[in-house]
Amino acid sequence: MLISEETRKKLAELKDKYPTRQASIMPALHLVFDEFGYLGVEQLDEAADIIGVSRLDMNETASFYTLFPKQKVGKYLIQVCTNLSCALMGADNLVEYLEEKLGIKLGETTPDGIFTLWNVECLGSCGTAPMMQVNDEYYEDLTREKVDELIENWRKGEGS
Amino acid sequence: MEKILFKHIDTPDQNKIETYMANGGYTALPKALKEYKPEELVEMVKKSGLRGRGGAGFPAGVKWSFLPKGTDRPVYLIVNADESEPGTFKDRQLLEYDPHQTLEGTIISAYAINCHDAFIYFRGEFAYAAKVMERCIEEATEKGFIGKNILDSGYDLNVHIFRGGGAYICGEETSLMESIEGWRALSRQKPPFPAGEGLWRCPTIINNVETLSNVPHIVNKGAEWFASIGTEKSTGTKIYCLSGHVNRPGNYELEMGVNLKELIYEYGGGILDDRPLKAVIPGGSSTPVLKADEIDVKMDFESLAAKGTMLGSAGVIVMHDGTCMVSALHRLIHFYEHESCGKCTPCREGTNWMQKILTRMIRGEGKPEDVDLLFDIASNVIGNTVCPLGDAAAMPVMSFVEKFRDEFDNICNGGKPKGTLKFPFK
Ligand SMILES: Cc1cc2nc3c(=O)[nH]c(=O)nc-3n(C[C@H](O)[C@H](O)[C@H](O)COP(=O)(O)O)c2cc1C
Ligand code: FES
Repeated sequence: MLISEETRKKLAELKDKYPTRQASIMPALHLVFDEFGYLGVEQLDEAADIIGVSRLDMNETASFYTLFPKQKVGKYLIQVCTNLSCALMGADNLVEYLEEKLGIKLGETTPDGIFTLWNVECLGSCGTAPMMQVNDEYYEDLTREKVDELIENWRKGEGS
Repeated sequence: MEKILFKHIDTPDQNKIETYMANGGYTALPKALKEYKPEELVEMVKKSGLRGRGGAGFPAGVKWSFLPKGTDRPVYLIVNADESEPGTFKDRQLLEYDPHQTLEGTIISAYAINCHDAFIYFRGEFAYAAKVMERCIEEATEKGFIGKNILDSGYDLNVHIFRGGGAYICGEETSLMESIEGWRALSRQKPPFPAGEGLWRCPTIINNVETLSNVPHIVNKGAEWFASIGTEKSTGTKIYCLSGHVNRPGNYELEMGVNLKELIYEYGGGILDDRPLKAVIPGGSSTPVLKADEIDVKMDFESLAAKGTMLGSAGVIVMHDGTCMVSALHRLIHFYEHESCGKCTPCREGTNWMQKILTRMIRGEGKPEDVDLLFDIASNVIGNTVCPLGDAAAMPVMSFVEKFRDEFDNICNGGKPKGTLKFPFK
C-alpha cells in the first residue's frame, strides 16, 4: 500500500459525503496529489478502492485534469504562465532565464530531481506579470533578481 | 465614487471574521433572514438590476426566478470561483482579501433560492484562496451563520468547497457541474438549463464570485441604491482587471460604464514606456479586440456590444505598438486548443487546426491563403459548438484578422513577426 494511513482516513471520510460516490473523486484527487505531488495509476487505484468508485472512472477523470502531473516531478514544480498578459510583460524572457539557470528545457527536470520547469496557461494573476506558480505558491512581478534569490534559497534548502 | 466590493480590500485582516464584522460585515444576513421572505429577496435582486459578472451579464434575479416553484428536489447553489479567462484576476483578490463578503452573499443568495447545500468551486490553482475560505466557513459556522437553524430563523445551510484541476472549461457552468459530480468536465448540451436540471439533475443556480459579493450590499442599502449606480442597464460597480502594457496594472473597482480610454490612461497611468497604443482586448481573451482608435467607449454591457465586442469578465488586456498581433493571437489560440474539452468536433478540431495555422505563421512558414483559411475556420466554429468555448476561440481570431489583416498578410508573404513574443510554443 502506497497511500499513508492519514490520507486513507481522509479518503474514507469522503466516501459517503456527497449524493454519489463519483462526486468524491475530485476531492480524492487533491488528497492523493497533496501526498505524492503527482497521480500515479497505483495510487489512483488504491484511492478508488477506498472511496468506492471503479478504478477506471477514477483514472479516466484524473487523466482530464492537467493540474495533476501523472508522473513524478521535481520537488519544486516551476510553472511559468506564458499566456498573453504575461507574455506581453516578458514571460518568454523569464522562461529563457530559468532554462539557462537550471540547465534544463521546458518540460524537463533537473538531474538531481529538485526542479521541474513547465509553462502553463493563465493563472489569474495577469496584473502582476510575469509570474509563476511553484508548487502551491504564486510568485508575482518577477525580475531576474527575484528569480535568482528564490532559486538560491531553494537550492540552499537542499544543501547543494 | 465610493467603492462597494473593494471598500475594505486593503484593510489588514479583513479576511478574518472579527475584522469583517467590525467593518459592518454580517449585518445583511440577519436582516435578510428576519425581514424578508426568500421570494422577496429574489424580487429585490431583480429590481437592483444586478447582472452576472462571470461573462454573460445575465440578470441574477431573473435567473433565480427560473427555478421551478415548489419543487421537492434539493436546490443547489454553485459559486463559480474558477476564474480562468485570460486577463481576469478579480475574483482571486475578492476571495483572498475579503472572503467573508463573498460568503455572506452566498448564504443570503442560498436562502433566497431555498438551497440547503451551496458549493464554492475554486480553480485548482487557487490553493491559498480555498484554504482561507475553509477557515472562513469554520468561523461563520461558529458564529451560527452557517449550519442548522441559522440565527434562529429555522433555515439550514451547508457550504462545501470543491477544487478543480486546472481546466478552463470548468468555468463553463455545465462542465463545472460535471466536474463536481466527478467526471471529465465535458460540457452538457443546453437545454435543459441548470435552473431546471443542474447538479445531480437537480435545480441549480450558478453565479460568479463578484456577482454574489454584491448581494449583502443590495440587502443593506436597497435595490434602488444599487440601480442608481452605473448605467441604466448595467447597474452597480465593476471590477476592471487591467493588464499588459500599462503603467499601473491591477484591479480597479469603478462605476459600470467608465470610459475605456480613461481607465487605461488615467487609472492605469497610460501605456508602458509612453509608447503608442495598438490594441485592447476589453473583456477577457474571448472578447473581440478593439483598435487604438476604438477605445473611446463606455465599459458596460450595451456600449461594448454596440462596438461589436463584449464586457465579458472585464479583463482589459492592453497592447502597445511593439506587439505582433499574429504572435499575440497565437498565444490565445494555443490556450483554447489546450482547453477545449474535446466533446464536440467543431471546437476540438477547429481550435487545433487554427493553432497549427498560427504556429506555422509565426514560424515564417505561412502561406498567403492561410489568412483566409484561418478566418474561414473560425467562422465555421462560431455558433456551432455545444458550449461557448468554441465562440470564445473564434471571436479573437475573427476580430484580430479583420482588424489587423495587414500583419497577417505580411507574415504569410515572407515578412517577419515584429514584436517581442518569442516562442512558438508547440
Ligand atoms: C469557456 C467558459 C469559461 C467560463 N469561465 C468562467 C469562470 O471562470 N468564472 C465564471 O464566473 N464564469 C465563467 N463562465 C460563465 C459561466 O458559464 C456562467 O455563465 C457564470 O458562472 C454564471 O454566473 P453569473 O451569471 O453570475 O455571471 C465561463 C463560460 C464559458 C463558456
Ligand atoms: S496571463 Fe499570466 S496570469 Fe493571466
